[in-house]
Order: sequence, then structure tokens, then C-alpha cells
Amino acid sequence: MSAMLLALFLVFGQLSLMAVGGANAVVPEMLRMVVNEHGWMTASEFTALFAIAQSAPGPNVLVASLVGWQMASLPGAAISLLGICGPSSILSFYVARLWQRFRDYRLCHAIQRGFAPLSIGLVLGGAWLLAGIANTGWSAWLLCAVSALIAWRTSLHPLWLLGAGAVAGLLGWV
Amino acid sequence: METHNIPTRRELFTGFFGIGIVGFGGVLPLVHHMLVLRKGWLTDAEFTELLGLGQILPGPNVVNLSVAVGGRFHGASGALLAFSGLLLAPFCIAMLLVSLYQQYRGLPALQQVLAGLAPAATGLIFGMGLRLAAKLERSSWCIALAVVTFVAIGLLHWPLLPLLLVMVPLAVTLAWHLQQKEPT
Repeated sequence: MSAMLLALFLVFGQLSLMAVGGANAVVPEMLRMVVNEHGWMTASEFTALFAIAQSAPGPNVLVASLVGWQMASLPGAAISLLGICGPSSILSFYVARLWQRFRDYRLCHAIQRGFAPLSIGLVLGGAWLLAGIANTGWSAWLLCAVSALIAWRTSLHPLWLLGAGAVAGLLGWV
Repeated sequence: METHNIPTRRELFTGFFGIGIVGFGGVLPLVHHMLVLRKGWLTDAEFTELLGLGQILPGPNVVNLSVAVGGRFHGASGALLAFSGLLLAPFCIAMLLVSLYQQYRGLPALQQVLAGLAPAATGLIFGMGLRLAAKLERSSWCIALAVVTFVAIGLLHWPLLPLLLVMVPLAVTLAWHLQQKEPT
């Protein structure tokens, strides 16, 4: 049990420090570690957990706690959430303090400008990878494309799209 | 410093708790609304600065922001309160959902719901990525970096760490270099 908790903390702690541009950027790496490297679950189990995490409010890091729950129930969930938020939070706590004294806008601007294309590549690449697993037929691809289009072009609340997906699934359309 | 409403520790916790409980997918607009417009804890400029900092550091941006804001007003304990306020409710709801899932995962209806939920959830991420991509500067180096990262992760399934170790220094050096050349 405690070996599993340690393993969960190490996996998500690493991901925390690699999450350039937010939590969605590390979803494919999470899948690679959890499914291929550790063999904790299958890829489709992972996408089910991912879909559940997206249906809960809050930042998109909850998928980590669901993986933790699957492996080691509540302690696993708590450790995984701490793992994925802890290291980056501690870093940002100290950087925010130093920032008041050592701010260098030009360096910061260069970092932000350089990171922008990387995080877009990571988010879209991750979405592509997940879509390959989650979309089992043409109707699922269609649903995914419609949801992407609406999320991109309108400011409709995401919950409507998730709800529509759930209903389409329940009706057997997907 | 300009005039501020200084939140108490309790207000930090409840403020971020409120964001956690209503925020789906993108909580950033809500955070801005609460911190700047409603509570007046930060000015617009300070918000932009702390957000920028949260974005260049690894980790979930909103979580980083909550830690920076909490820390600014009440040090480590403030950071911890803002952090746990933000994550407490979403964590409990996610736990509730996943325990329902484990209880009823054998039901065909639930499998069907998930079969529809997963593509819709993936679509949301595409949508967010496209929204960001539309705002990306239209220069060849930017597009090239985004495409290389997309291909490496999405099509070639490369591990993230070695990719970042190459791409991050490359991207930041490029951006820095271009910035030096541009007239300001």
C-alpha cells in the first residue's frame, strides 16, 4: 500500500513539474506513464477516468486523483492530487515572493512568448492522442468535432457539451 | 502599493472555495472577476502579472495563481488556505463521481454514457487548444514549434521530458533573440 502511494506521488510529482502551460499538457504523458510504463490500467479505462474528471468542476488536474483512487482509494486520490499540485505550487510560492524583488519583464516576456507555441502543441497533441482512444467510431469523431467547434467558437458552458455527449451516448448514438 | 482590500485568511479560503465549486473547465475568467472586480484584492495590472507568472511556471495555472495570491497576503498559511479552498470541493465531487462509477461500471447504460462523454470531453480540449492557437502570433518560428510539438506528442507519442528539455531552451532562446532584434 505505502509502496503504491509512493509510486503515485513520484509519477504525479514529475508530471507537476512538466506541466508547461497547464494540466492538459501532461495528459498524454500521464497516459503513457500510467498505462504503458506502470501498467496500472488500460488506455480505455484511463479515458473513462478522464471523462469523469472533466465532468467535475475545478481545475483540470482531477484526473490525477481519479487514477489515485483507482489504485489506492481515498489515500491514493489525496496523494496523487498533492503530487500533481504540490511541487509546482511550492515553486510558484517561492517564485512569486522573489518576483517582487527580481522582476525582469523582458526575460519573463521571452519565456511567455516561447512557451505559447509549445503549450498549444502539447494541448492539441494531447487531445489528438486521447481522441484516438476515446473515439471508437465515426459517430464519436463527429461528436468530438462538434464539441470542439462549439467550445472554440462560442462561450457555451462546457457542461452543456458534456451533457449532450452523455445523452447521445445513452441513446446509443455513439 | 495602491489601495487594496486585504482579505482575511478566512476570506481567502472561502473566496477560492467559491471559484472551485462553480468552475468547469476554464475557471480563469471567474478568478479575475472575483479577485479584481468583486473583492478588489488585486488591481488589473497585478492580476495580469501574477497570472503571467503562473503561466510560465509549470503546473495548473489557476492553482499557481491561488498560491501566489494567498502567499502575497498571508504567507505560507495564506497560500495553503487558498490552495485547499480551491481544490476541496472539486476533489470531493470527483471522488463522489468516481465511486458511483466504480459501483455501477457494469451497467451497460453507464458504459454508453461514458462512450458519449469521452469524445465530448476530448472535444473541449481541442476547442481550448484552437482558441489558444487562434491567438498565437503568426510567425513561422511559432507555427513550426507548435507543429513539431503536436507531431511529437500526438502522432509519434514521444515521452514528454526529453521533448521539453530540447524544446523549452530552443523556444525561449528564439523568443529572446527575436525580442532583442525588434525595435521597442
